[in-house]
Amino acid sequence: MSQYTPLTKKIEDRYNEEILLRENEDGSELSILNLGPSHPATHGIFQNVLLMDGERIVDAEQTLGYIHRAFEKIAENRPFYQITPLTDRLNYCSSPINNMGWWLTVEKLLGIEIPKRVQYMRVIIMELSRISDHIICNSIVGVDSGAFTGFLHVFQYREKIYEIFEEICGARLTTNMGRIGGFERDWSPAAWAKLDKFMIDFPPAWEEFDRMLTRNRIFMDRCLHTGGISANRAIEYGFTGPNLRAAGVDYDVRVAEPYCSYEDFEFDIPVGTAGDTYDRYMVRQQEVRESLKIIRQALDKMPKEGGFHADVPDYYLPPKQEVYNNMEALIYHFKIVMGEIPVPKGEVYSCVEGGNGEVGFYLISDGSRVPFRLHFRRPCFIYYQGYTEMIKGAYLSDAILIMSSMNVIAGELDA
Amino acid sequence: MALTKEIISEKITAKFGEAVRIDGDSLDYTAVVIESAKAHDLIKYLRDQEGFNFLTDVCGAHFPDNDKSAQFAVIYHMHNWVDRFRIRIKSFLNAENPVINTVSDLYLSANWQERETYDFYGIEFKNHPDLRRILNMDEMESFPMRKEFPLEDQGRTDKDDRYFGRLPQTNNLPNN
Repeated sequence: MSQYTPLTKKIEDRYNEEILLRENEDGSELSILNLGPSHPATHGIFQNVLLMDGERIVDAEQTLGYIHRAFEKIAENRPFYQITPLTDRLNYCSSPINNMGWWLTVEKLLGIEIPKRVQYMRVIIMELSRISDHIICNSIVGVDSGAFTGFLHVFQYREKIYEIFEEICGARLTTNMGRIGGFERDWSPAAWAKLDKFMIDFPPAWEEFDRMLTRNRIFMDRCLHTGGISANRAIEYGFTGPNLRAAGVDYDVRVAEPYCSYEDFEFDIPVGTAGDTYDRYMVRQQEVRESLKIIRQALDKMPKEGGFHADVPDYYLPPKQEVYNNMEALIYHFKIVMGEIPVPKGEVYSCVEGGNGEVGFYLISDGSRVPFRLHFRRPCFIYYQGYTEMIKGAYLSDAILIMSSMNVIAGELDA
Repeated sequence: MALTKEIISEKITAKFGEAVRIDGDSLDYTAVVIESAKAHDLIKYLRDQEGFNFLTDVCGAHFPDNDKSAQFAVIYHMHNWVDRFRIRIKSFLNAENPVINTVSDLYLSANWQERETYDFYGIEFKNHPDLRRILNMDEMESFPMRKEFPLEDQGRTDKDDRYFGRLPQTNNLPNN
């Protein structure tokens, strides 16, 4: 049995007493500060024990796992179609991306062809969730640097996005959206109308938010040159998504390995240079514009025909009224629910570009209707390792800002 | 010249010979199974010679029905961003003493992922700088993702393995 070592002790062990107890000329000495686990400034449950020299951070030690819910274990006991609600709760700021990522994994395993129309609908959903994810991240960066107004202003539009989700699947935050092969029902006219309205209303609001923060002197002073990371270091730490692109690497799963017909759309990958808080903010700011561009193209190119799901009766639950009135539908319903459908044996890895980076699903199937092993590649968990290095030498208040600009989501961190 | 499945498998087989074989379970990417003692060498070779600059993922798996010598596995996913090529590397470990060399000296990102694997499977990573539990609490004694630890109430009949299209688990591992 391993013994619990207090984190303060872990930090103290790294330095000899001479350094820890040294008194500077002005009488100051190093101190240990416990930031978290439940601190109002950290937006989630993160514990950081900091060794501080006055206001400067000398060293840090992180704890995680406060909201660990054993999703990988639970997933080994749930049929494929019951795993989506688990993926919702990873990055709960953009749950539809996780949902779609999971369906893509299952479809890759089963080898299902998805109609173009469904793919475009999925692209719209994923880009909407990316926008809502970036709205949260950037407006929270604003809040943490002292600008609350922008947050309140753009958060209305996150509500609008959630209203679209609500029209499509009935839920807002943890969406549990879709089925193997497509969506559970066709989008209602109200959903399309809300989407159109959002596409007209949101871009000016986003530009207004941009005008308020981006060139604001106070905001720039707080964000520039804090929490920078070099491209090499970021790759070594396994950064993906906007945080990696802020460091100047143009890796994006949507381009590197297009899924869901992303190759049909014209869009740019914004990259930063210094990888600091300001670059991360700017990359997200620009990515929202690119997402809007993709949604516009998807709406223009949306095929009229194609339905809202692939024709895979073996895996796609038939509509309820048909189950009651139609023999064939009843049989398929029974077979799907009772797990009588054979599933290929084998292993697949499938990934999508989530709000924070590459969200991957590694699935080992043993031919039964539950995964033998399912591993979530959670971008937050991997890049949060770099946090200690990024805050060394920074001020305490910058460390808060760095964490919110990295968009570390507790649900994704702890799975 | 862009990498292909054939080129990379040929190169790896030429370099590692008997220690490596092609993994037939993979339905998508190139996958190889490597002896656990050579896993570090293979990953170093792929990183330095073949341009696999990114370690996407490290995770463990438990196969209680396998032979005693291959009940645990560590799975690495590597990615070559220049040629846009992925590879999956699997290394089987024995049941009594699952030990493998760490790759956190090659990729910093492996640090926490290996800690997570240790936390859930009890797989020990040799030379790891700080191998302790990460998501579970330090006082915990078991390794919860091992198959011998059942989920939920075993008295429940509606979640019986047989209804999920597989035979009930055979627990031939001693309790930890």
